[in-house]
Amino acid sequence: MNLIEHLKEDVRFAESLKACMNCGVCTAICPAAEFYDYDPRRICDLVQRGDEEEIERVLRSDTIWYCGQCMSCKTRCPRGNVPGELITVLRKVSQEMGFFRYSEKGRQQVFLMNTLQQNILDIGYCVYPDRVDPDYHPEQGPIWRWYHEHIADIAPKLGANYHGEGSGALRDIPQEDLDEVRRIFEVTGGMELKEKVEEK
Amino acid sequence: MKRFWNGYQKAIADDHYFYERSCIRQTFFPGSEAAFLKILREELGKDICDNPHQHTCTGIGYHSDVVPFDTTMTVVARLFSLMTEYGYKNYVPSCVTSFGVFTEMMTKWEEQPELKEKARQYLWEACKREFEVPENIVHPSDIIYKFRFDLKPKMKYQLLNRFTGRPLRVVEHIGCHYAKIFSHHGIGNAEFPYVLAGMIEAWGGEVIDYPERRHCCGFGFRQYLVQENRGYSIANTKKKFESMESYEPDFILTNCPGCSMFLDKWQYTIAEMEHKTYDREGYGIPVLTYEELAGLLLGYDPWTLGLQLHQVQCERLMDKIGIAYNPSEKYRGVSGLRHPSPEKPEFLKV
Repeated sequence: MNLIEHLKEDVRFAESLKACMNCGVCTAICPAAEFYDYDPRRICDLVQRGDEEEIERVLRSDTIWYCGQCMSCKTRCPRGNVPGELITVLRKVSQEMGFFRYSEKGRQQVFLMNTLQQNILDIGYCVYPDRVDPDYHPEQGPIWRWYHEHIADIAPKLGANYHGEGSGALRDIPQEDLDEVRRIFEVTGGMELKEKVEEK
Repeated sequence: MKRFWNGYQKAIADDHYFYERSCIRQTFFPGSEAAFLKILREELGKDICDNPHQHTCTGIGYHSDVVPFDTTMTVVARLFSLMTEYGYKNYVPSCVTSFGVFTEMMTKWEEQPELKEKARQYLWEACKREFEVPENIVHPSDIIYKFRFDLKPKMKYQLLNRFTGRPLRVVEHIGCHYAKIFSHHGIGNAEFPYVLAGMIEAWGGEVIDYPERRHCCGFGFRQYLVQENRGYSIANTKKKFESMESYEPDFILTNCPGCSMFLDKWQYTIAEMEHKTYDREGYGIPVLTYEELAGLLLGYDPWTLGLQLHQVQCERLMDKIGIAYNPSEKYRGVSGLRHPSPEKPEFLKV
């Protein structure tokens, strides 16, 4: 399939790229552009030109994985474009076409799929303290290691219902609710994406 | 002129809220969540439903590109169906990422009504459920902002330095997805955000304006979640610290649980890596959530609010305000056992 047509199939595409005049305000405000060799203005220009070869090249590159999704670009674009949203569409197509495997940053999607999406399916949350390993998160400092060790005794003091039933923070979500969430993933393409990304 | 400023206001329902839990807030700041619910129920006499069948909005997965748009849209629809089932119309997503996700779906459904129909079909197929869209969606910080003057007379403390009598100087940081995506959903819009500044001023403090006030905290979703990418995250936070340092803030106030965590924990990391802190004495700048701040001023126990989970210690700030606390209770659990203190960082003073 023609890549530009594939991008346009996403309901977010039309809003994310209306008409870019290449002013570069998005790049000026972009935190990723300060840190990486990244330029959202050039991404918009490249997609707007519709050059299939160039689009495929960027879908196979690290470039599309540099954006941090802060969406500061949306606030500033004088034409109402959303480069950060265009990036989500490019990333989606990169994963669907298998192009993400050709870049180091793209391959990180396998890890994110195995952690984030798996967390949602297993426990109904993206993040849960039991799964924030102090060894993988040294930046959390000794206080996180302490909390991790004593959470069963500390969390209830803070009003949490740690692994309890019913309502409250950190409670276990009932299995029938987890089943419905999983069914949503099955019906809407969430599981299909997982299989594509994890395919060997 | 009045009509012009109306564009910077938003409608905030007065009562009967349906609460949605934040993955990040419950993980790092469970005491803040409990404080928010307590303030609403006990201080303000409001009705807020914490439904046992709720779950993630998938927002972190969505912005990390491991959850497709249609999936997130249908998960949102399921959460709305719970709200509908339990008789509520005012939806309160407690995470700024969630707030962005819900406002995105509502906006998309207004602009492309066929998407709302698609969400209905998906939800019915997956769960045999139906939903109504909320009449009002607000972030919890909007509600505390709305009632800031109602809370003030109940407060035991003000944002004053008890040694000098002067207002405390506060840096406020608003999560990007609160108003940068859909600016009309934020108090003061994306240009003049006032949701936290309004609390600070109402409770006696002084807001610091500084060059990088609106810069992202650096979370960046995959830029933090993948260990190899964390240079992005800490570099952005460092940029903010360097920008605020010369203003000598007494503390930082945030309305996003992720931002609160990063602004706290990256100070520790920078201190250990570069032997640099952004206060004069080497303790770092304390970071509070707005719920912790409201709770402290109302006289709640800091160790019930969860201040012992902050890496940058808050005792010096509490001393400045004159807040009473018992240091020996800091590491005591609900069992009554006093746990050994956490290890001390090598450079950051605690």
